[in-house]
Amino acid sequence: MASTQLNLATHLVRLDSETDFAGWRDAARRLATNDIRPESVAWQVPDSECRVDDLPAAKPDARLVVPRDFIDRAETVICHCDPERFGFLYRLLWRLRSEPMLLSIASDPDIRKLEAMEKAVHRDIHKMRAFVRFRKIGEGTDERYVAWFEPDHFIVERNADFFVRRFTGMRWTILSPHASADWNGERLAIGPGAGKRDAPAEDDAEALWRTYFENIFNPARLKVKAMQREMPKKYWRNLPEASLIPDLIAGADKAASAMIDRMPTTPAPHHAKVKAKHWPTPGPSDVVAPEAEDIPELREEAKGCRRCPLWRDATQTVFGEGPENADVVFVGEQPGDQEDLAGKPFVGPAGRIFDSILDDAEIDRRKVYVTNAVKHFKFEPRGKRRIHSKPNAGEIQACRWWLDKELDLIKPNLVVALGATAAQSLLGKAVPITKMRGDVIQREDGLRVFLTIHPSFILRIREQEDKEAERERFLKDMRKVKQLMAA
Amino acid sequence: MAVLSVREKLAILSDAAKYDASCASSGSTKRDSLRSGGIGSTEGSGICHSYAPDGRCISLLKILLTNFCIYDCSYCINRSSSNVRRARFAVEEVVKLTMDFYRRNYIEGLFLSSGVIRSPDETMGEMVEVARRLRIEEKFGGYIHLKTIPEASAELIERAGFYADRLSINVELPTDESVKKLAPEKKPETIRLSMAKLRRKIEEKAEPTMQSRRRERFAPGGQSTQMIVGADKTSDDGILRASARLYGSYHLRRVYYSAFSPIPDSSSALPLRRPPLMREHRLYQADWLMRFYGFSQPEILAGSSDGMLDLAIDPKLAWALRNRGRFPVDVNRAEREALLRVPGLGAKVVDRIIETRRYRRLRLEDLGRLCNSVAKVRPFIVAEGWSPGALTDKAGLRQAITRSCEQLSLF
Repeated sequence: MASTQLNLATHLVRLDSETDFAGWRDAARRLATNDIRPESVAWQVPDSECRVDDLPAAKPDARLVVPRDFIDRAETVICHCDPERFGFLYRLLWRLRSEPMLLSIASDPDIRKLEAMEKAVHRDIHKMRAFVRFRKIGEGTDERYVAWFEPDHFIVERNADFFVRRFTGMRWTILSPHASADWNGERLAIGPGAGKRDAPAEDDAEALWRTYFENIFNPARLKVKAMQREMPKKYWRNLPEASLIPDLIAGADKAASAMIDRMPTTPAPHHAKVKAKHWPTPGPSDVVAPEAEDIPELREEAKGCRRCPLWRDATQTVFGEGPENADVVFVGEQPGDQEDLAGKPFVGPAGRIFDSILDDAEIDRRKVYVTNAVKHFKFEPRGKRRIHSKPNAGEIQACRWWLDKELDLIKPNLVVALGATAAQSLLGKAVPITKMRGDVIQREDGLRVFLTIHPSFILRIREQEDKEAERERFLKDMRKVKQLMAA
Repeated sequence: MAVLSVREKLAILSDAAKYDASCASSGSTKRDSLRSGGIGSTEGSGICHSYAPDGRCISLLKILLTNFCIYDCSYCINRSSSNVRRARFAVEEVVKLTMDFYRRNYIEGLFLSSGVIRSPDETMGEMVEVARRLRIEEKFGGYIHLKTIPEASAELIERAGFYADRLSINVELPTDESVKKLAPEKKPETIRLSMAKLRRKIEEKAEPTMQSRRRERFAPGGQSTQMIVGADKTSDDGILRASARLYGSYHLRRVYYSAFSPIPDSSSALPLRRPPLMREHRLYQADWLMRFYGFSQPEILAGSSDGMLDLAIDPKLAWALRNRGRFPVDVNRAEREALLRVPGLGAKVVDRIIETRRYRRLRLEDLGRLCNSVAKVRPFIVAEGWSPGALTDKAGLRQAITRSCEQLSLF
């Protein structure tokens, strides 16, 4: 085949080496600008005996534009071991002149081939990074690390920088049949190919490495095919641990059944001592805790709340915060994402806007008590986000137990219901918040409840102007609250 | 007790670590040793340096600092009542092993876990010291994954995050009830709180500081966790629900599923049988559907009778067969989200389809060149010159697809 092609070809390009991209690029430019068709070009690398032809110079006025992407990809593909690659790349270049979008047509057979070749080179590069095994020679200032590796493609040169970046502080050499790379701690040198015998014999670390390999393997999970797909046998001869594989596989069944068959034995002798020392038996848990007498006790009790199922998905109970003798208690809906993580109410975006408005209304946040109608975060996970979902009547009802206790202990002068959920919890029924905003309702027990919106409502407004207006309205509400507090 | 050699300790303490599924060394910041003159780099994606016959990759030196433990979790070989041989590495032994292995290019770095001896802080302190010596004294730039002890102090966790690429805490089991039953001394509440703290810390440190505008280093590879599958009775739907919650709540990079493996001298609280490896595999596939294919957790198993993933076919195909009304999808017009739901089309193939169709109308044979098995795709798509007709709704479709896919996998 190759000889027929040579005979038909009118132009022969002789490249300096198997990976001579600059040479290929120069030749391709000359050929393409002179309109020389791919069929009439033959490509050679040094080892081959053949005649040399002079190529015409590139036409200075001719434009040859290829996508940047093509150059990058061709640089990869030139490392492939396929002897036809130079001609194939030139054919692609030829096609690109009339089909500028060719590289985006993933279904084109030439593009499929390009991708497959790229993939093969990348895989080989990756496997070299994985399976190069250095052996140490010399001690102290003579210490060096030498590896023998047999890649499928011409990748040693292309891959050498990776090893420089990784092993800067070490002197090393990688030998391969095609080329060698050597780093003396300062400079990288690419040299000629070598033989396996040029590499040193095994060193002490290999026995340790084999010990690790043997023991990290779980015989109850044998998956030989999966192993071989990623670590094909052709690499095994240069991997110190690979010699263990056949025995590990053969013995796996026995080892696994031995694991299963070994019946549970009596606890290890030291177990009783460990238990006595570190895990004192907790007091009987069925004793009913005495009724909480202050907010810290109540908060402690609420930590283990199981009154509704919301605790399951939440991180923690988010209890109220503030002085126990506060004049006013603000009640929000439920903790959000940030509150759930921090364990404190009103610390997220809505909390920040709430704080700044309280500030403008000259209400000292440190002097008020802030809590929520529902104390566990209710949400739907969506990817890496949690979408807040509204607590239902049952959940509000279940959590009212805690809110009532908080109000009992604090005995505030006024409660502010922030939003419909808070109002529903405080008044025991749903009320239209937008209609009744700014109203003060007196409960049967005499407690005054001020109704307004939840500050997160302001956050959801897109139009800057409307947002400002809504913030003003909320500020007005808060000023009213301040007046009522004093009253 | 006779003094153990490093090799004996390595045997005991790697054997004790083999039930941990994670070996990933990816997702950290780019780093090399050019400037420091030291050893080690991370370049985004990790490298598997070897594979054990159990099919799992070996990327990190995965060992325990010690397998002495004051806890008594029944699924764990290192629980205090177990009769397993015990050993304890000295800090410098771990450092030397890591460096010796790394210099020979056996590993990408270290994954250090530990049994808890005496107190959580003492154990965590030693783990942090290993990481500190590697980073500072050895100028080590490779990957470090530390398994944090939930009860350890906040300062220790902060230092751990400063040296490590990734931190993890195992949730162990999908429900709090199971943790309480099988790991009586572990508190699910503490594990959640630790994860919440880690997420906040990672987010806080990711913000450039006011003074220097530089970001402080804190676990750039994020946090992960592991859940044991098959030791309790939780269904796949329940497991995926737990994962969805963990991804959403704590922004975990990965949830690892570890099929419960029988362990020597196992506790009588556990089933003595082989690990359900296929179940583990299906869970990983379903996890991918949530993370990369836009599926929400409830819809993956919606319409299935028992909340379990089908062991015979992958979860996306199973979903498509239950939701035939959403097919066929036109490969020349459909949106990315719809294409991602076609069985047999991976995310990469979908990207290629979208790129290519800007210039060409795709025929079935074009698709054949783009994806692995056109037999699996064909009933679910419309292409130029191809319409599946009644094929999409055919009663025997499941059998037809599985048969043709099996044949393909022969070569």
